[in-house]
Amino acid sequence: MYAAPAAIFVLLLFVVPLLLVGQMSASEWPLLKGGQGLNLPDNYTGIADDRLFWPAVGFTLKYTVIVVVVLLVLAMGMALLVQERRRGVGFLRTAYFLPVSLGLASASLLFWGFYSPQIGPIDPFLQWLGVTDEPIRWIGTPNLALFSSIMLVVWKFAGFFMLILMVGLQSIPNEVYEAARVDGASKVQSFFRITLPLLRPSIALCLIISITGSLLAFDQFFILTNGGPDNSTTTVVMMIYREAFRRFDLGSAAALSVVVLLVLLVINIAQFRYLRRGADE
Amino acid sequence: MRLHRAIGNTSFWVFGGGLAIMFLIPLIWTAVASVSPHGATAQQEGYGFANYRTLTEYDAGLPTYLWNSTYVSVLTVIFTLVLSLLGGYAFARFRFPGRDALFLLIIAILMVPYATLLVPLWVLLGELGLRNSLFGLALVLTLYQLPFSMFMMRISFEAVPREIEESALVDGCGTFGVLRRVLVFAVWPGMITVGLFAFLHAWNDFIAPLFMINDSSRYPLSLAIATLRQQTMGAVDFGATQAGVVIMALPCLLLFVLLQRHYVRGFMSGALKG
Repeated sequence: MYAAPAAIFVLLLFVVPLLLVGQMSASEWPLLKGGQGLNLPDNYTGIADDRLFWPAVGFTLKYTVIVVVVLLVLAMGMALLVQERRRGVGFLRTAYFLPVSLGLASASLLFWGFYSPQIGPIDPFLQWLGVTDEPIRWIGTPNLALFSSIMLVVWKFAGFFMLILMVGLQSIPNEVYEAARVDGASKVQSFFRITLPLLRPSIALCLIISITGSLLAFDQFFILTNGGPDNSTTTVVMMIYREAFRRFDLGSAAALSVVVLLVLLVINIAQFRYLRRGADE
Repeated sequence: MRLHRAIGNTSFWVFGGGLAIMFLIPLIWTAVASVSPHGATAQQEGYGFANYRTLTEYDAGLPTYLWNSTYVSVLTVIFTLVLSLLGGYAFARFRFPGRDALFLLIIAILMVPYATLLVPLWVLLGELGLRNSLFGLALVLTLYQLPFSMFMMRISFEAVPREIEESALVDGCGTFGVLRRVLVFAVWPGMITVGLFAFLHAWNDFIAPLFMINDSSRYPLSLAIATLRQQTMGAVDFGATQAGVVIMALPCLLLFVLLQRHYVRGFMSGALKG
C-alpha cells in the first residue's frame, strides 16, 4: 500500500523512459517532429561514423584514468594525515571537505573565473614570483585544458574520498598495528601489508564512484572548456547533448545513451565481480 | 624523542596546513573577487556590490532565478520525502507481493547513467505537458534521489524497535496513524539527511535543467549564471559570474555548517552500502 506511490513513480519515470530510449534508438526521431518509424540500425552505425565519437571516447578514458589515480592517491594521503585525533585536525578536515558541499556547476564557474586571464589570480601571482611574464592560457591548449579540469575536479572531490577512506582507516583496530610493530614491521611495511589490504572495501567504493563519475563527466567540461579547444575536451555525455540539441537528432542521441548505459553496466558488473572475488579471499 | 615529535608536528602542520590553504584559496578568492574593483566587471572603482546589482538586473532578474531554484529544490525535497517516507515504511514493516523486486528496481536506478534517461524523459515530459516546467524538472531530480533516500529511510525504519508501534496499534491507531503520530518522530534524523541531500542535489544540478528547461525565465540559478557569462552585451562578465557563484554557494556552505552531522551520516550510509 504505502509503496504504491514509489512504484507508480518508478514505473512512469524510470521503466517507461528506459523502454522509450530503446525504441527511440531504433527510430528516426528528429527533435521537433517526434518518432518517424524504425530505422534500425542506422542510429547505431551512425555513432561510429561520427568523426568526433572516437576522440571523445579516447578523451573520456584518458581523463578517467588520470583523475581516478590523482584523486585517490591524494585522498589517501589526506586521510592518513587527518585520521588521528590531534589538535587542529578538525580544522583541516573541514577545510578539505568544504569544496564538496559546493555544486559541480558552481565549482566549474568559479574556476572558469579563477583561470581566466581577465580576473584570475594565478597569473598575477606567478608574475609577482617572477616565474612568467606572459599570461598562461589555462584552458587554451588541449593539454592545459585537461590539466585545469583535473585540478578543478580534484579540488571539488578530494575531500569526499578522503572522508570515505578516513572512516575505513578508523575501523582498522589498533591491535593489528601493535602486533605488526612487535613483529618488527616498519611503518611503510605495515601500510602496504596491513592498511591497504584491510582498506580494500573502502578503496573499492571510492574506485566505483570515481570511475563511474568520471566516465559520465559533463558539467565541468561543458562549463569550463565547452569541449574545446578544437573539441579536444569533448566527453561522451557531451556528445549526447550535442546530438540532441545541436543537431536535433534524438534518435542518435538515444542510441548513444543506450551505448553509454551498456558500457557502464559491463564495467560495473566487472568491478563488482572482481571486488567480490577479492573480498572472499 | 621529543625532538622527533616536534619534527612530526611541524611537518604535519606544514603539509596539512599548506594543503588546507590551497583548498580554501578558490573559495576565498571568489568571495573577494565578487566585490573587488576590476576593469572587466561592473565594479570599476573601490570595493562594492555592483556585480550583484548587475545580476539583479540581468535578463529575468536574480529574484526570478532564486525563486526558480528554491521552488524546484523545495518541490524535490517534498516529493523525495513523501515517496521515501511511505516507501521506507512499506519496505521495512510490510510484506507485499513484488516487494524485493520493487526495491531492487529502485536501487537499479543507480546503475543507469543520468544522461541515458534525460533524452527519453525529455520526450515523455513533453507528452505529459511537463517539459520546460519546473514541476517536471523536480520530478526528474526526484528520480535520481530515490535510490539513496529509499535505502536511507528503509534502514531508519528498520532501526526502530517494533514495541513502540505495537503499543500504539493496541491503542487503536491504524498503520497510518502509527506512522503519523509515532514513527515520524523516530525516523526524523533520516528524514533530515534525505531532505538535505535532495535539496543540495536539486539546487546544484546543472544537466537536468539544461536538457529540460529552454525558457530562460524559468532557468534555475546554475543555468542562469552559466548562460549569463556569454550574454551580457557580447562581453563576458566575470564579476557577475563570481557574484553568482557566491550566491549559489552560500546556502550549500550554510547547510554544511549547520547540518554537518547529517552530512557525514549520509555519506557513511552510502559507504556501508558498498
